[in-house]
Amino acid sequence: MSEPSQQSESAELREFRAEMRAFMREEAPKSLLGTSPCGPFDGYWGGKLHPPVDPDVLRWRDVTLARGLTAPTWPKAYGGAGLSYAHAKVFYDEMRELGLPRPVVGFGFAMIGPTLLQFGNEEQKLQHLPAICAGEIRWCQGYSEPNAGSDLANVQLACEPDGPDHFILNGQKVWTSHADRSDWIFCLARTDRSAKKQRGITFILVDMRTEGVTPRKIELISGASPFCETFFENVRVPRSNVVGEVNAGWTVAKALLGHERSMIGQSIGRDPGSTQRELVKLARKHLDAAEGPIPDPLLRDRVAAVSMEEAAFQLTLDRLAQSRAAGGPGTESSIMKIAATELKQRRFETGMALAGAQGLGWEGDAFDEEDLAYTREWLRSRANTIEGGSSEVQLNIIAKQVLGLPEVK
Amino acid sequence: MSVVVSNGQPTLTLVLDEEQQMLRSTARQFVDQHAPVGRLRTLRDARDPRGFSDALWKDMAELGWLGLQLPEEHDGVGLGFFDLAVVLEQCGRRLMPEPLVSTLLLGAQALMLGGTSEQQAAWLPGIGAGEKLVALGFDERGARGNPAAGKTRAVRTGSGFTLTGSKVGVLDAHVADLIIVSAHVDGQLGLFLVDPSAPGVSITRHVALDLRNAGTVTLTDVLVGEDAVLGGVSGLDNGGSVLDQVLDRARIGLAAEMLGAMEQAFEDTVNYLKERVQFDRPLGSFQALQHRAARLYTSIALARSAVLAAARTVDQSSDPREVAKFAALAKVRASEAFYDVAREAIQLHGGIGMTDEHDIGFYLKRAQTTLVSFGTNDALRARWAELNGY
Ligand SMILES: Cc1cc2nc3c(=O)[nH]c(=O)nc-3n(C[C@H](O)[C@H](O)[C@H](O)COP(=O)(O)OP(=O)(O)OC[C@H]3O[C@@H](n4cnc5c(N)ncnc54)[C@H](O)[C@@H]3O)c2cc1C
Repeated sequence: MSEPSQQSESAELREFRAEMRAFMREEAPKSLLGTSPCGPFDGYWGGKLHPPVDPDVLRWRDVTLARGLTAPTWPKAYGGAGLSYAHAKVFYDEMRELGLPRPVVGFGFAMIGPTLLQFGNEEQKLQHLPAICAGEIRWCQGYSEPNAGSDLANVQLACEPDGPDHFILNGQKVWTSHADRSDWIFCLARTDRSAKKQRGITFILVDMRTEGVTPRKIELISGASPFCETFFENVRVPRSNVVGEVNAGWTVAKALLGHERSMIGQSIGRDPGSTQRELVKLARKHLDAAEGPIPDPLLRDRVAAVSMEEAAFQLTLDRLAQSRAAGGPGTESSIMKIAATELKQRRFETGMALAGAQGLGWEGDAFDEEDLAYTREWLRSRANTIEGGSSEVQLNIIAKQVLGLPEVK
Repeated sequence: MSVVVSNGQPTLTLVLDEEQQMLRSTARQFVDQHAPVGRLRTLRDARDPRGFSDALWKDMAELGWLGLQLPEEHDGVGLGFFDLAVVLEQCGRRLMPEPLVSTLLLGAQALMLGGTSEQQAAWLPGIGAGEKLVALGFDERGARGNPAAGKTRAVRTGSGFTLTGSKVGVLDAHVADLIIVSAHVDGQLGLFLVDPSAPGVSITRHVALDLRNAGTVTLTDVLVGEDAVLGGVSGLDNGGSVLDQVLDRARIGLAAEMLGAMEQAFEDTVNYLKERVQFDRPLGSFQALQHRAARLYTSIALARSAVLAAARTVDQSSDPREVAKFAALAKVRASEAFYDVAREAIQLHGGIGMTDEHDIGFYLKRAQTTLVSFGTNDALRARWAELNGY
């Protein structure tokens, strides 16, 4: 490999890199080294309902938190370190070098946090951001409903005023990931039924412990049960929990979706080369070829093709990161959402082709644990092009917002 | 793969600096103004003996593009391969038939990578000045772009070698001042500098699908001296590896051209979708077509990253295997994206897209050519797999 170019890094950043490296070498728990690809969803999810956790994970959280580094770009006043994106990148790069997990992850850090920074008022920021930084509160996303999926603006969760200072929520959310483990939920609710769909939506924060909130688990085709339907029955919520203006929640909602998509892209791209490594490993295992070329030339060709797709995707992540003038995801998050999720699906499809009949087990001794887990992960990967805005919805966004193709009149 | 980071730093800068952006916009203006795609039709129908514009070639020399990447000691500008790729992309937008690939990507790279200083001094300044054209023949009938599978031989004679064999698809052979050919000699693959007017050399030009200019070069007992070996006789056993590196650069340069070509074909198609009305609405308002356009847009974005990374790697990596990986990546991803764009471009233009009168068809012809040029994509995927250890 060629030498990494140092030319573009300022002396100040280099110094910061050295400082971060020293900090991690000294203070990161040794047991965590080399354990994580350090993606935006690899780390401690936090919250009051978190199952018992390795004390080293909490220690890592504590030492980073003390320096504001669980949310490096957030202002110091809210528990962050006030760093630039360039500095934050250095911090994450160094963590990845050492294989350290992120000290705090989750929908708080990745979605509602950045959204509150942009749209929240001072009280809201002070109430929620430090708790997110500390991993004290875990958040879930109450967007989708039975009749509002891709057509998200059709949300119907009723939100009626109750006196001057409260709202009452009634209705149902669905596909709420990890609602059963979360402390708070950010919701899109209907406050005006007479206005155009997008104009009657309010973005509101709800404590899951409020009376009348009930999550119920749903099982996926993979057999896992990471998400829920969430019911709201006369749930009383302070008006101060509204983010932005009443009836102006759609703008807030869309901004959050931008953060979500770009996190999905980054998450899938967090471990460059992993797709190729995984597929070659599976080929060696299932085709019984400990070394040398993959013996089946057709399968070898498929592995190479997916690996090239991975490389092109990874380079595009780099390229867009370099060209993004300043922060914030834009329309490129739609390209990356499609490219990332389809790459991931192709990877699992190729892996399943390599596994052949060893990929067809659900339980039982005929299959090892890895085979069984792989099959379930393949099933899980089908969700990637649905969740976070389906591929079709991303294509709509690209067609209209990037290519300027006309709407149907 | 090692694109990314040791030490947390991206190895490759994938954006243009200010000067490169300027170069890009000058090139774009020049090409838009002087090289409309319709030229291909005119040159073809006039049965133009050269098949491109010498005047334009001279203009490009004057703009400094032909010598952009050549070393200053040979009157070049001394910039990188990446800068050359910036220009090539713009030339690709209008499918320029000028001898860019033959002279700049094959000839000049071969001389720079493998030539003796005398050979470089003899040819490079003329290349940069637009006075000398160089062709390179490596492919043969049945060899499918694999130089090692060729049958051309060089046999040692008293004072040098005699060459016998036949090279196909030799770009710009009909106008070249110098033809470099690969030939087996003593169990190695050597590269030889052949004077096109030497006895025993015959060149038959053909009309190529994509209207670039190419021909078959047949060598019948062609006598060359020892100084005709690229790199000198001592470098005879080096020919195969130099040729591999040259072809890798050609793949990357060609991919840069493809990038421009696919962008232009895509832009033309999206514009057409906005203008053409059927069922009382613009075609572009139909979602079935919107999604196809959006998918092409996404694959162009991925191809762009692969091509820029590959061009950058030529300048930054001293490891030919690293360049080879990126060359395979860039060529495969770009030619596949280009072919998709060109095929869809015709489909979305409907009947008009099938006519010779419309320019879009030229893009499909070029795209098919790029799919099989400089090694088939199947062969390049196999190479990628091998270079990555499987
Ligand atoms: C694993 C998983 C986790 C999730 N987690 C959450 C969560 O935490 N919180 C949350 O709020 N939601 C969550 N979701 C929901 C997710 O956002 C929705 O499933 C998604 O937005 C699609 O909505 P839908 O399921 O109603 O499908 P539908 O909107 O009914 O779509 C069905 C199909 O029609 C296509 N389609 C729809 N509209 C169009 C159109 N205009 N043009 C072309 N094609 C169209 C879709 O692309 C899809 O292929 C999760 C989903 C999954 C699978």
